[in-house]
Amino acid sequence: MNLAAGVEGGNPTLNIIIFAIFVLITLVIVFRASRSTKTASDFYAAGHSFTGAQNGVAISGDYLSAASFLGIAGLIATNGYDGFLYSIGFLVAWLVALLLVAELLRNTGRYTLGDVLTFRLQQRPVRAAAAVSALVVSFFYLLAQMAGAGSLVSLLLGVSSDFGQGLVIAVVGVLMITYVLVGGMRGTTWVQIVKAVLLLLGALVMTLWVLGKVGFNLSELLGNAATNSGKPGIAGPGLQYGKTGTSQLDFVSLGLALVLGTAGLPHVLMRFYTVPTAKEARKSVTWAIVVIGVFYLFTLVLGFGAAALVSPKALEAGGTNSAAPLLAQALGGPVLLGLISAVAFATILAVVAGLTITSSAAFSHDVYANVIKKGTVDDKKQEVKVARITACVIGVLAIAGGIVAKDQNIAFLVALAFAIAASANLPTVLYSLFWKRFNTSGALWSMYGGLFVTIVLIVFSPAVSGTAKSMFKTVDFHWFPLPNPGLVSIPAGFLLGWLGTMLSKERNDEKYAEMEVRALTGVGAEKAVVH
Amino acid sequence: MSTTEEQPTGGAPNAPDWQIVQASDDFAQLRRRLRNFVFPMTALFLVWYLLYVLLADYAHGFMATKLIGNFNVGLLLGLLQFVSTFLITWLYVRYANRRLDPIADKIRDELEGGAR
Repeated sequence: MNLAAGVEGGNPTLNIIIFAIFVLITLVIVFRASRSTKTASDFYAAGHSFTGAQNGVAISGDYLSAASFLGIAGLIATNGYDGFLYSIGFLVAWLVALLLVAELLRNTGRYTLGDVLTFRLQQRPVRAAAAVSALVVSFFYLLAQMAGAGSLVSLLLGVSSDFGQGLVIAVVGVLMITYVLVGGMRGTTWVQIVKAVLLLLGALVMTLWVLGKVGFNLSELLGNAATNSGKPGIAGPGLQYGKTGTSQLDFVSLGLALVLGTAGLPHVLMRFYTVPTAKEARKSVTWAIVVIGVFYLFTLVLGFGAAALVSPKALEAGGTNSAAPLLAQALGGPVLLGLISAVAFATILAVVAGLTITSSAAFSHDVYANVIKKGTVDDKKQEVKVARITACVIGVLAIAGGIVAKDQNIAFLVALAFAIAASANLPTVLYSLFWKRFNTSGALWSMYGGLFVTIVLIVFSPAVSGTAKSMFKTVDFHWFPLPNPGLVSIPAGFLLGWLGTMLSKERNDEKYAEMEVRALTGVGAEKAVVH
Repeated sequence: MSTTEEQPTGGAPNAPDWQIVQASDDFAQLRRRLRNFVFPMTALFLVWYLLYVLLADYAHGFMATKLIGNFNVGLLLGLLQFVSTFLITWLYVRYANRRLDPIADKIRDELEGGAR
């Protein structure tokens, strides 16, 4: 796979100019947002002052990473129907967030997952566990985005040298640190809103264009896709999964992690705090479901469109991620290619900024303020200062990690992040919100246990060693057959949480009464900050 | 409390007795309405999703059956997942606005009004 060759016929100078315009616009937005970012509440949660609709669009911006735009369109272009399966898991997952998590979480916390869990559990151990899990999930997710940014932007700009690609990753990292440092959650949210609107418009234009070419006849598009790609079965399942019993089982495992992982992703959970009330949180998720759903319908058309209109050779040479840009070029020449590339670039920037602010909140609010300082930080400014320093450190680590990981198979990093979120975070959140008997020991067992099981299974899976697609191709120490651990690790996380709870006598009915009443009614929930 | 997470009203001298509120008829009704909706609905969409995943995984022939032109059963079921997701979202929002919010608002007004 030669990612660095550049998209033939593309115009790197034009692409760079369009990128630069986007960066300039977002920087202006971020600096404007910085004027009203003063307190911890501003920095972590934008003063709880966004509306449901704004936050819903921002959630979509956060969620529709490069993996879901370029990745899913590309997977559909090369694997046909099997690529479509991803988008369905990613979408249905939002129902878990809507029905079980979003509103109750908004009512019982302030900035982080740790806030909710420690409502009735012991502060220090549970906060430490929540922060560890949030940092691990966000870091793997971040790494995948950075590595993807390197190869993608290199492809679009025609940068081929290792140094050049490293430089591109560094520029992405520095920009994202700037967004977070200057704009805090408010600036980051606006970047996400702008990006989501651009992404949706870009996808809409291309979708209509593709459909217009076949007279809005979906059947004809599918037929052209099958003929042009030379894969007669492209509209049905089986091109990627289901060749062996193991890969069938692996697909079930992946499907489970996709649908249960979303509602445990720390950067998604944190977005629910940027709105003033639980009702607005509900509206946020509703908006997000509509935007994300419509977007995935677009990618279905784009994927089959790329299979129908782009030559299979070019698709092969550019790799899966190049399908959407190549389609743009086939439709509208270098200008549309430049625009779509800029949208893809915006996507990566916005997602990494969201991940960075989540990680920095997990460290400064949970670890620094409540574990190290034992909750005695009087000066919230100090906490925000630590958050900013953390954001810089995470940014630098992500740049370094992205450069190291740029040639790795990044899909498994995202799968790993979803699997940990589903195995460690989701059981803990659900138990905490709905189970009276749940206690500190249970939370520690489900968090650390879910995390441990997932990581061990991944390390000893074929994703890491033993096959041609593994991270380490030359050694083989795998004994777990599935690249996706969810099928085992998710039930394990729930089971361990139950077991840990039962093994401890701790129980606090009074505190649960307070938490339940607050969660369901919104009594005493954090209000919006008025500037 | 020994944390920076001072609860806005918790620990105040006239804080409500949460267990009494929790045991009240209004609250019991709110909880029952919430759980009676979200738990069965969650089970429903998870089963429907898993059924879809298993079909796409193990019943390739069935999913590739052509319906209209090149449009097959798999695409139809996939699009129906979108439809059901939108439908459940709409049903929940309507239910929450009509059946949950009024009781939640009432309890909250009583508590916050009384605490002041």
